[in-house]
Amino acid sequence: MKRYTIFVITENFIGILNRITIIFTRRGINIDALTASESRVEGIHRITIEVTATEETVIQLVNQIEKIIDVIKAFHHEDESVVYQEIALYKIPVSKLDGGLEKIIRQHNAKIIAAEPEFVVLELTGHKEQTQELLEILKEYGLLEFARSGRVAVAKRMLTIDSFVK
Amino acid sequence: MKESKIRGADIVVRALIEEQADVIFGYPGGAIMPVYDALYDYHDQLRHVLTRHEQGAIHAAQGYARVSGKVGVCIATSGPGATNLITGLADAQIDSTPLVCITGQVAAHLLGTDAFQETDVLGISMPATKWNIQVRRVEDIAPAIAKGFYIAKSGRPGPVLIDITKNAQVDFGEFNYVRCEGFRSYKTQIPVEKSAIQEAAFLINMAKRPYLLFGQGVILGKAEDELKSFLEKSGIPAASTLLGSGALSQDHPNYVGKLGMHGNYAPNLLTNQCDILIAVGMRFDDRVTGDLKRYAKQAKVIHLELDPAEINKIVKCEVAVVGDSKESLALLTEAVNQKSHPEWMAKFRELEEEENAAVITNDLKPTKAGLTMGEVIHQINQYKADDAVLVTDVGQHQMIAWRYFNYKKTRTQVTSGGLGTMGFALPAALGAQLHDYSRQVICVVGDGGIQMTIQELGTIMQTKAPVKIVLLNNNFLGMVRQWQQMFFDKRYSFTELDNPDFIKIAEAYSIKAQKVTERGDLQEAIEDMLIHDGPFFLEVVVEKEDNVFPMIATGCSVEEVRLS
Repeated sequence: MKRYTIFVITENFIGILNRITIIFTRRGINIDALTASESRVEGIHRITIEVTATEETVIQLVNQIEKIIDVIKAFHHEDESVVYQEIALYKIPVSKLDGGLEKIIRQHNAKIIAAEPEFVVLELTGHKEQTQELLEILKEYGLLEFARSGRVAVAKRMLTIDSFVK
Repeated sequence: MKESKIRGADIVVRALIEEQADVIFGYPGGAIMPVYDALYDYHDQLRHVLTRHEQGAIHAAQGYARVSGKVGVCIATSGPGATNLITGLADAQIDSTPLVCITGQVAAHLLGTDAFQETDVLGISMPATKWNIQVRRVEDIAPAIAKGFYIAKSGRPGPVLIDITKNAQVDFGEFNYVRCEGFRSYKTQIPVEKSAIQEAAFLINMAKRPYLLFGQGVILGKAEDELKSFLEKSGIPAASTLLGSGALSQDHPNYVGKLGMHGNYAPNLLTNQCDILIAVGMRFDDRVTGDLKRYAKQAKVIHLELDPAEINKIVKCEVAVVGDSKESLALLTEAVNQKSHPEWMAKFRELEEEENAAVITNDLKPTKAGLTMGEVIHQINQYKADDAVLVTDVGQHQMIAWRYFNYKKTRTQVTSGGLGTMGFALPAALGAQLHDYSRQVICVVGDGGIQMTIQELGTIMQTKAPVKIVLLNNNFLGMVRQWQQMFFDKRYSFTELDNPDFIKIAEAYSIKAQKVTERGDLQEAIEDMLIHDGPFFLEVVVEKEDNVFPMIATGCSVEEVRLS
């Protein structure tokens, strides 16, 4: 079992995400994270799915995803062949904000993106291991709320979306 | 062809006519009533057949599609009408049957509010369709139907569902029908790679014991002639899957029999002795392979298949030839050497004799008192037309009818293969018959399955479809009983049936009926049935506890195929 990133290039039609997730559900495979947004071509969406599975299974998943009528192309990549990031937001009570915490924020390259009378919001972008490490520390600082995005990724391979859209 | 605006419901019907639908099946209801109103106006151009249940409508459309090669069409209303289609959709999806199903839906402004007869048919049907769409505006109806027909019939065929809200059916729009000829996200034709053909031909030319398995892909790809030419040049023995039956005449010298759990002895056993296994338009169903860990491990596999997702899904192949079987078989025929394999072929014939002695003779010409299912099919073979269609349900009778029916022509086999849907046969036979009244359609069915859709006798009565129904009655859910006998210590848990008087039921529907309980009456009854002008219901009471053999039990290897 290994971690894979699956990219799906698809028409932006209702229900497409449902059709994709059914393929995982049927085989009893958990999606670790999923993000979807419009690609740089209007009307075409790009879905990034993070999954832990054997390569054999991932190949079959990708083949079946690509078989969906409105899917233009699907690929899979190992972690080494993608550049990826996740974003994490941490809500901390203002009362805990002291010199010690500020040092931690600097050390982790996090930043304060909102300050309200009762709380501040920190943001950290990185790999899951990094956002997780900061999470563990901030639990000691009265962490009020935590949210983490799915992976956004680009492939190292030199292929452009235009080659699939004709 | 622009003209003044017409109702959405009229657009639906005229689009179906543009797509050359001639017979469609359905059942009306609230949310589809505007379409039914439109059907009334176009009844001279489009024949609608009212079934007695939506499941009957979709199975009839499947039967129609399977014998004609055209897209089957059915119509149902929203809510329960739509959910009654689901079994047929799943069946058509797994057996690659082209269908367009149109369902009515509540008005767009009521969507998501739990309105009367509202159900999320898009969500429910998603895993059971090749494609589905909800249409909420009149201007989107024609493009959706055009796209639906194109998707249903192109590439690997499958079922499409188009859900149309009531407001779209009653609103007015322009009708300017443009048939769909493709779109960017959907590739239907993958050009065959010449290098794959060369690699495959190299392996085949070196082979000592090559063996070919063919499935429904040959029929769907209209590659029957190409298959025959390939076999005749290469001299390779060929066996059929359940749904592939008919793609090659059983009289052909290269034909060696049927594959799978209840297929023939030699084709199963010798799968584990061939050196090259060529699979054409088949997907290695578990009912074909038995235990995968012991399936054709000695062989190099060449897989000719249209659907890339089938490659290496079950059996890893040495060479994958992705593409249309019509094209790939023709290219492969050019590339292989003219050859014959008399010794290898003789092995099949030897084992065939073993199966004859151990099983077939007793099935077809029994000496014991009770009638066998096999002798009924044997008698049908004596009188049937070469292009007679055999429609079967699911269970023992299905396997026996398949084993013994003499397939000579393509598109003569209609059965529920992948899904194993009991209740399929009667409506599917109706659909097959309505495509062509002059063709012999023989519906072989069990006493369990027929009662799942027996109401379609009403549709047969109303349409006067001359279907020949052969009920093989053992007063048991026979296949389950066989498993209970073999694997569950004869604990016959809920498999015995107290049946109604089927003859009275058939006669209540004004269908000529006859019951046979004695061997001496069988031959004449079958002859009478097949020459009868109109529908006929023949009940044959067969031995209560007969089993189907050969058999590859679950978990066993193809080489462990049992003769008893």
